[in-house]
Amino acid sequence: MALMTPGKAGQTAGEITAAQLTSSKRDVAGIVMLVGLLVTIMSTLLILFVLIGRVVRDAIPVATGEGTAFLTNTIGSNPAATGIWPGLYGSFFIGVGVVVLTIPIGVGAAIYLEEYAKPNALTNALLVNIRNLAGVPSVIYGVLGLIIFVGWLEPITGGSSVIAAALTMAVLVLPIVIITSMEAIRSVPEGLRDAGFGVGSSRWEVTRDHVLPYAAPGVLTGIVLSLARALGEAAPLIMLGAVTGLLPQPSLDGRFTAIPMLIYNWSGRPDLPGEEIGWSNAAAAAGLVLLLLVLTFNALAIYLRNRFEKTRIGQ
Amino acid sequence: MEPTTTTSENVDVATTTPEQSLTTRPVAAANSADPDAEVVFDMNDVSVLYGDFRAVRGATMKIRKNQITAFIGPSGCGKTTILRCLNRMNDFIPSAKVEGTVNYHGVDLYDPAVNSTEVRRRIGMVFQKPNPFPKSIYDNVAYGPRLAGVRKRAELDEVVEKSLRGAALWDEVKDRLKSSGLSLSGGQQQRLCIARAVAVGPDVILMDEPCSALDPIATARIEDLMRQIKADYTIVIVTHNMQQAARVSDMTAFYTTEVNPESDRRTGHLVEYNPTEKMFSRPDDDRTEQYVTGRFG
Repeated sequence: MALMTPGKAGQTAGEITAAQLTSSKRDVAGIVMLVGLLVTIMSTLLILFVLIGRVVRDAIPVATGEGTAFLTNTIGSNPAATGIWPGLYGSFFIGVGVVVLTIPIGVGAAIYLEEYAKPNALTNALLVNIRNLAGVPSVIYGVLGLIIFVGWLEPITGGSSVIAAALTMAVLVLPIVIITSMEAIRSVPEGLRDAGFGVGSSRWEVTRDHVLPYAAPGVLTGIVLSLARALGEAAPLIMLGAVTGLLPQPSLDGRFTAIPMLIYNWSGRPDLPGEEIGWSNAAAAAGLVLLLLVLTFNALAIYLRNRFEKTRIGQ
Repeated sequence: MEPTTTTSENVDVATTTPEQSLTTRPVAAANSADPDAEVVFDMNDVSVLYGDFRAVRGATMKIRKNQITAFIGPSGCGKTTILRCLNRMNDFIPSAKVEGTVNYHGVDLYDPAVNSTEVRRRIGMVFQKPNPFPKSIYDNVAYGPRLAGVRKRAELDEVVEKSLRGAALWDEVKDRLKSSGLSLSGGQQQRLCIARAVAVGPDVILMDEPCSALDPIATARIEDLMRQIKADYTIVIVTHNMQQAARVSDMTAFYTTEVNPESDRRTGHLVEYNPTEKMFSRPDDDRTEQYVTGRFG
C-alpha cells in the first residue's frame, strides 16, 4: 500500500484507482536510456555512412573515367590508367583459401572441444590458448607467415605467394572461427542430442545429423566475420612481401598482391595538382571493390545461412 | 562388440491396428504384475555419483518383461537418474559414475566390453519434453531404421507406418508425413517420439515423465498407448503423477530423499518396490503410505 499514492478524502475506491491508472507520470529514466541507446546506434550508422559516402565520392572519377577497365587492368604507374586486376585476383583467392581451410579445421576443432574433449587440464590449456590467439595482433601473424609459409614451406607455397597469404590469413582467423563455432555448437539444445542418443546414434552420428545442422547458421556467421577480417588485413601482407608494382600475370604460387596492400600503397602516394584522377581516387575505388568483394562473399554465406535456418526449424 | 543377449530377440515393431480404438481398449489388461515374468533388468545396489556427490543409492530391483514399471517419488529423489542408468544415458554426463550392477538379460550393462550405442538401440528412451528432430514426420521415424542400415524405400515406408500406427498417430498424420515434426501439437509430438523409439525395434522403452508437458487429454492418450504397447515392450516410466502410476503401471518403485549426515545435500534412495496395487492400498513402508496418500512430497 505504501507504494501507492493515498487518495484524497472523499474519493471512492473507484475514483482513486482511475486516478492512479491514468496518471501521466512518465518513466523519465527509461526515456533517457532509450534516447541514449538511439544516440549510440545513430552515431555508429553515421560514421559508417560518412565513410562509405567518402569512398564512393572519391571513387566516382575512376568509375566514370576508367569504368570496368579499372578491374581488368594491371597495376600501372599512372593513377588514371592503373587497374587492380592482380589485387582482385589475390584477394579473391585468399578469400577462397581462407574459407576452404578454416571451415574444416575450425569447425573440426570446435566439434572436438565441445563434443568430445573431457573437461581436464589439457582441454583447459587448449581453450585458454585459442582465446589468447584470437587477440594476437595481425602483424605478428605476418611474421609467423613469413617464417613458416614463405620460408620453411617455400617448396609448397612458392615463397611469397597467394598460397602463403591464404595460409597466413587462415591461421589468423582460425581462433575466431573456432570460438564462434563452439558458441554455436553449445547453443544446440541438449534435448536434441538426447533424442539422437535415445534411438541408438553414436556420438559422431548425433554430431553429424543433429548438432552440425542446428549449429550451421551460427558457424556461418563466424565464417562471415572472419572472412571480412582476412580480406581487409594489410599488415600481414606487408610482412609476407606482397608487391605493389608491376605484376602482369598473377598466379597462385608466384609473386602476388591483394587489394588492401594496393589501398595502403596508393594512399601514400601524392596527388599531383590538376590531375583528374589521382592516387587517392584510385585507392578509394580499390576500397570500393574490396567492399563489394566482401559483400559478395557475405551474401553467399547469408544465403546458405538462411537455408540452414529453414532446416533447423524443420521446414 | 555387441552385447550378447541370451534370451531376447529383437521384438518387432508394434502390431497395434487402427481398429483398436482408444476408447474401447480392454481395461482389464492393466495392473497385472506377474511375479514370474522374465526378468529384463536386475539391479543390485545401484548408486549414481556426480563427482563426489552420491545422487541416489541402494536401488535393488528386478524389472520384468511386458510390464510397466513406474518410478515415483519427490523431486530430487534420483528416479530419473536411475532410469538413465538403464540405457547408459548417464555416460554423457562426464562426472557421473555408476556403482553396483545393472544386469540386462543377464549381461552387465557396465561391462567395458558392452557397446553403449548398441544398448541404446535395444533400450529406447522417450523424454520429458517432446523433442522431435527438426525434420519431417517421416524422417523422424525413419531416422533410427536408417541408422541401422535400412535403405529400401518400401521397407522404410512400412516401418514408418507400423510405428506411427503403434504410437496411435498414423490417422492424424498420414496425409502430411512430409511436414515438420515440430508442426505437431505437444501431445502429437510426444507420440511421434514414441513412434521414433518404437521404429528401432527396441526391447525396452524408458519414459522420463513423458506426460509432464502435456494436457490431461493428451496424457490420457499416451497412457492408453502405453497399455496397448506393453504386450510388445517392457516399459519403465518415471512420473511425478501418482495417479498416473496407479493407472498404468504393474509395478511401482517409490524413491525418496534423505539428508546426508556429512553434507546438506540430499541423496535419493529406493524405499519400496511392490506391485502397484499393493503400493497404493497397503504398502509395507510408512513413508510410501504417507507419499501416496498425499501427506508429503
